[in-house]
Amino acid sequence: MKKKFLALLLLVSLLGTVLTGCGDGSTEKAPEDGKEPNGSTSVSAQANEVTVGIAQDLDESLDPHKAVAAGTKEVMFNVFEGLMKPTSTGDLIPAVAEKYEVSDDRMTYTFTLREGVKFHNGKTVTAEDVVYSIERCADTSEGVPLVEAFSVIQTVEAADDHTVAITISEPSNEFISYMTTAILPADYDQQDTAPVGTGPFKFVSRAAQDSIVLEKFDQYWGTPAYLDKVTYKIIENADSLVMSLQSGAIDICSHLTSTQVAQLGDDFNVEEGTMNLVQAMYLNNAVKPFDDVRVRQALSYAIDKQGIIDLAFDGYGSPIGSSMYPAFGKYFVEDLTNYYTHDVEKAKSLLAEAGYPDGFEMTITVPSNYQPHIDTAQVLVEQLKAVGVTARIELVEWGTWLSDVYSGRQFQSTVVGVDASNMTARALLERFTSTAGNNFINYNNAEYDALFAKAQASYDDAEQTALYKQMEENLTANAANVYIQDLADLVAVRKGLEGISFYPIYVLDLSTVRYAQ
Amino acid sequence: MRRMNGYLRAGLILTGFLTALIILGYFWTPYDPTAMAVGPKFEAPTLAHLMGTDNFGRDIFSRVLKGAGTTFAIAVSTVAIGAVCGTAIGALTGYFGGVVDDAMMRFNDALTAFPSILLALVIISILGPGSKYNVVLALGIVFIPSFARVTRTAFAALRDVNYVKSARLMGAGNGRILAVHILPNTMQVLLPAVTIGFNNAVLAEASMSYLGIGVTPPDASLGYMLSEAQSMFTLAPWYALGTGGVIILLVFGVGLIGEGLQRRGNEVD
Repeated sequence: MKKKFLALLLLVSLLGTVLTGCGDGSTEKAPEDGKEPNGSTSVSAQANEVTVGIAQDLDESLDPHKAVAAGTKEVMFNVFEGLMKPTSTGDLIPAVAEKYEVSDDRMTYTFTLREGVKFHNGKTVTAEDVVYSIERCADTSEGVPLVEAFSVIQTVEAADDHTVAITISEPSNEFISYMTTAILPADYDQQDTAPVGTGPFKFVSRAAQDSIVLEKFDQYWGTPAYLDKVTYKIIENADSLVMSLQSGAIDICSHLTSTQVAQLGDDFNVEEGTMNLVQAMYLNNAVKPFDDVRVRQALSYAIDKQGIIDLAFDGYGSPIGSSMYPAFGKYFVEDLTNYYTHDVEKAKSLLAEAGYPDGFEMTITVPSNYQPHIDTAQVLVEQLKAVGVTARIELVEWGTWLSDVYSGRQFQSTVVGVDASNMTARALLERFTSTAGNNFINYNNAEYDALFAKAQASYDDAEQTALYKQMEENLTANAANVYIQDLADLVAVRKGLEGISFYPIYVLDLSTVRYAQ
Repeated sequence: MRRMNGYLRAGLILTGFLTALIILGYFWTPYDPTAMAVGPKFEAPTLAHLMGTDNFGRDIFSRVLKGAGTTFAIAVSTVAIGAVCGTAIGALTGYFGGVVDDAMMRFNDALTAFPSILLALVIISILGPGSKYNVVLALGIVFIPSFARVTRTAFAALRDVNYVKSARLMGAGNGRILAVHILPNTMQVLLPAVTIGFNNAVLAEASMSYLGIGVTPPDASLGYMLSEAQSMFTLAPWYALGTGGVIILLVFGVGLIGEGLQRRGNEVD
């Protein structure tokens, strides 16, 4: 019993300590672990280097062909390049290749390599290296190839030192987007631990669970990086991440929440990009009451997207109206965002028409490890209350969500963000065709299927884009899901640094980051 | 009537006050505890919002009132399950002894070897998370061994005292002896155990909701609120302090009652 009181007393005093500790946090300059003696702003400005905070360690292997975690690709984007390279606007530009030609039957791609592209180990890139890299990813001897889309590759041949021809088994609109796969030296086998690529930064060292160091590659073929050195510091705890920013131990950190950002002082600029996710309340179109289009439309009218963004995300986020996010400018149809405006009366009358004048009860399943989706669901519950719909949140583990909701399709509604596995509209839209294996909402619309088939048969870019846009309109008009927003990706950048750009894929390009003069 | 001591009096006053607030919260709160934007986000405590507002602009005081009710209800039901089942098992094994007693107590020892939260986690993952009733059931089961242990000792000690022997000679059945002759005399150990159990249950519910397997949002419970408050500590310290403070007071009050009861028992001995 005595012990209990002692423990209580301890708890109270502990709380006190925490409080005073945090009060000092903003003025304290000593880095948390004291490892970086020159961590303060002025010194690192002279040293022309930055420290970037990342929330998780990289994959065990740094080999770009084997890396699976998005966090690993985000870092190694600065080290590796493919024949083609994505730009921040979502286009593809030639990188290791200088140009490419497609044969008339759309089955053969001929790449001409850029002159004088060097690997980080000093060797010049040859056609042999390209053939090695592509074949390595297309190799089916261990079952599935490293890059699944490479299963269409028939032959990879080096015509001469500067020319590589790739033949595929069937014409494909997306094939070229997979040519961003990293080009590696053919005669090098240390990619797991000491990766060598052709990017603007070269790999220097790595300490597991602690840090990764990159340095500027002087012989880079393109615009050289501004910074001489980049250190990635792994800080897994969200609270220490904020404290490390405040103390000056790290200069840049992406994927912050609005709550974390609000805790940063005046030392930082907050850049707002997008997460490139389609966040929606996904509705199981096959179960009652969501099999009725009027009910789905009613819910779309019932919710206030901007209200969600304001309440749960401090105003950070971009409202969307269909399964496409704004960073995908080419395919994004802005008008769809306001197709359903917040209108409680209209929602009620639609519900009444559908036979639910008094609303109904529903369950929103949310994966418990994604706080943004939980927060969104909480606001949804409140907004749905206004039209008489009683929603209950059910939190499930990520594994359960994958097996029950995504694969099993045993759910009523769920709030998640759906991303694109590669930079194509198909990656976002194919899943809603009635026969798609990942059509977890059971969307079944003959017109939609027909549009998709037409888009796949079309090799005219403008025509195909128009068809994809019609598909988006179809999803919106039929209220396939209650579309909400593309979550904001908030990046804190120490004042004095500039040049952060956002990509429609999950990367942080540091080659353009520099100290303002 | 034995005299109340200071501990007991202070504990009763504190707990009584909190219970009154919780009952009030059941019928009335200043604001709807789930209504958003009743005030600006992260507003510091004012007269309109006694404990300030949270990240959705919800009134924290209203949520604490409701949340404390949820936590209180879970703790009481948990202790009820634990005490009733635990006492039953403890009484039977303690009174009858033998192989069953040995087996039960070794099983009990084995269970005690695991941290109670871990056990509750296992039970929750079997029952499925996200329901208050499953939390109550899981915690209740976890609490059975400690009650069984306490009551078993008391029943074993009283098994062979003279008044029990006399009752047995007079032909009283085992059931009557257990319920009428022994049980009332174990209250001295049982009541403090109940108060300790209540406190542990409050903290266990708080930890489970904190881990995200207890109460689901937007419902409030003290533990869930505390876990929310943690990530906003530098922005809204009043959130964590208000919620944490209520947990401390609740546990402290009941702890005082337990201490008081125990001391009163000792005075008599």
